Amino acid sequence: MASTLMTNYLVPSGREEAWRFTPLARLAGLHDGSSQRGTRKSLFLKSAQQAGVTATRVDRALVPSAAPSEDVVVQRVHAEAEDVFSVSISANVSLSEPVYLARLQEKSQGSELSSVRIELGTNAHAVIIMENVGKSILGEDVEITLGAGSTLKFITLQEWDEGSVHAARHHAILNRDSTFQSITVSVGGSLVRLLPTVEFAGPGTSAELLGVYFATAGQHLEHRIHVEHGVPNAKSRVNYKGALAGNEAHTVWIGDVHIRAAAEGTDTYELNRNLLLSDGARADSVPNLEIETGEIIGAGHASTTGRFDDEQLFYLMSRGIPMDGARRLVVRGFFAEIITQIGDEQIEDRLMARIDGELAKAGH
Amino acid sequence: MSTLEIRGLEVAVVTEKGPIEILRGVDLTVRSGETHAIMGPNGSGKSTLAYSIAGHPKYTITGGTVTLDGANVLDMKVDERAKAGLFLAMQYPVEVPGVSVSNFLRTAATALRGEAPKLRTWVGEVKAAMNALNMDPAFSERNVNEGFSGGEKKRHEIMQLELLKPKIAILDETDSGLDVDALRIVSEGVNRAKEVNNLGIVLITHYTRILRYIRPDFVHVFANGRVVEEGGPELADKLEEHGYAEYVGS
Repeated sequence: MASTLMTNYLVPSGREEAWRFTPLARLAGLHDGSSQRGTRKSLFLKSAQQAGVTATRVDRALVPSAAPSEDVVVQRVHAEAEDVFSVSISANVSLSEPVYLARLQEKSQGSELSSVRIELGTNAHAVIIMENVGKSILGEDVEITLGAGSTLKFITLQEWDEGSVHAARHHAILNRDSTFQSITVSVGGSLVRLLPTVEFAGPGTSAELLGVYFATAGQHLEHRIHVEHGVPNAKSRVNYKGALAGNEAHTVWIGDVHIRAAAEGTDTYELNRNLLLSDGARADSVPNLEIETGEIIGAGHASTTGRFDDEQLFYLMSRGIPMDGARRLVVRGFFAEIITQIGDEQIEDRLMARIDGELAKAGH
Repeated sequence: MSTLEIRGLEVAVVTEKGPIEILRGVDLTVRSGETHAIMGPNGSGKSTLAYSIAGHPKYTITGGTVTLDGANVLDMKVDERAKAGLFLAMQYPVEVPGVSVSNFLRTAATALRGEAPKLRTWVGEVKAAMNALNMDPAFSERNVNEGFSGGEKKRHEIMQLELLKPKIAILDETDSGLDVDALRIVSEGVNRAKEVNNLGIVLITHYTRILRYIRPDFVHVFANGRVVEEGGPELADKLEEHGYAEYVGS
């Protein structure tokens, strides 16, 4: 393992732009290497085998990362994860059922660094779901490559138990005419810090990044989106919605969109909306648009943070619905726009029930 | 048989510059099966009366009483007033994004009836109510009031009136923004609710137009936060002819 010893990590101090919102002391040592490493590999294929899909563990030397990262956790995953969990969908295959990947740790047996590679062949079409439950300290890198003309709907569910720590990058590389949709749901854990990032590698590509998060007392949920428009005629849409309730509930949403000089014909819009349901919670929302060419179709962003709308609650209550039921309806409605995009009734119902539970926990 | 009794009701709104008095002692008694038209110029306090009875938090009751069959309405929370049998058809119904009409109606019916209505009969009930108001069945899958036209909003209010079966309903300018056909359809809905449920109605309006479709038993003229004249339907005809000029500034 000489390479491990050779790596010089730049351990963040917390003053760096990328880390200034993150409580490093609660990262369980994922960033500075002080965490006690466990041996268990938690990811497994939950759905049945399907023709055109392979899911295996391979030696990491055989599948080097095509996307280096400045993020120290991702660097550690690349250098230290023992193997790579590799999922590939063959060219020209349209899957009729989702590929369901799941992680389950009964209780945290030390930390885990996990490298995942997902590859879609030319004109492949798939839905991939990654479910995270249980208690874990997880550093993770999911690197996704979409072949020309392929489409992927990528759903990640952070339904962690209390106390879990999860720092990850979900990086998608889109080749010509491919279409990527991600739906990121973060409702559990003590600290979740995700980097949903997109790199357009060919023209005619389109990415839609959707997300919902709900932080209750003491939870830190951070989503740092980065969309890199480096080629012409690509389209991106970002829409994240969050709710916060309870003391020291903290969410961070960063939306970096970079339109390089070569990216003529870019069409991008990003949106983040937060619902503050109690005092003592804090939502940071920072959209950030960097544009190096004027030859684009459109580029915009919006960010709002608000409280319950008294008029909505009055309307619902005037029909006999009690206060807690009215709040539940409004919050469910707020998230429905994105949750209903998942397209799996069982998961949608489970998430809505979890959201009801988070609300109840916060005393609504 | 129900009675809504309003006695000496005084209401203010609190502003940065202090409270502003809007209602200055309103007396009104509404019984099941009766239709009371409340007419008056803009700013006379008609809508304040409606929202105060429904319990909107913006309004502060500074005096008087409101009872429904003897129970103190002013002590009740907003949802409890609905459970007691009061209904407010709003002039500007509020959008609730992400909540479908069917989910909303079922949640309201469940709350009011104390148990979830049986799915099969409920679907039929909703369908019939929508049919009666010439509404497209696809309507129930839309989000509450989101993107509704003025006419759709009012039909949706009256559909709730028919489904939720209150004892006393306050209709706040239900006629505003309706064309002739929609006005007739909506009025028929109100008349059905009255006939089927022996509904007591407080009909708030500027115009006599709607009174051709919903015949009032009593007409009350509202000005400067109180009732300044009362009479039978003939009073509406007088207002049609002479307007509110003689009441304003009094």
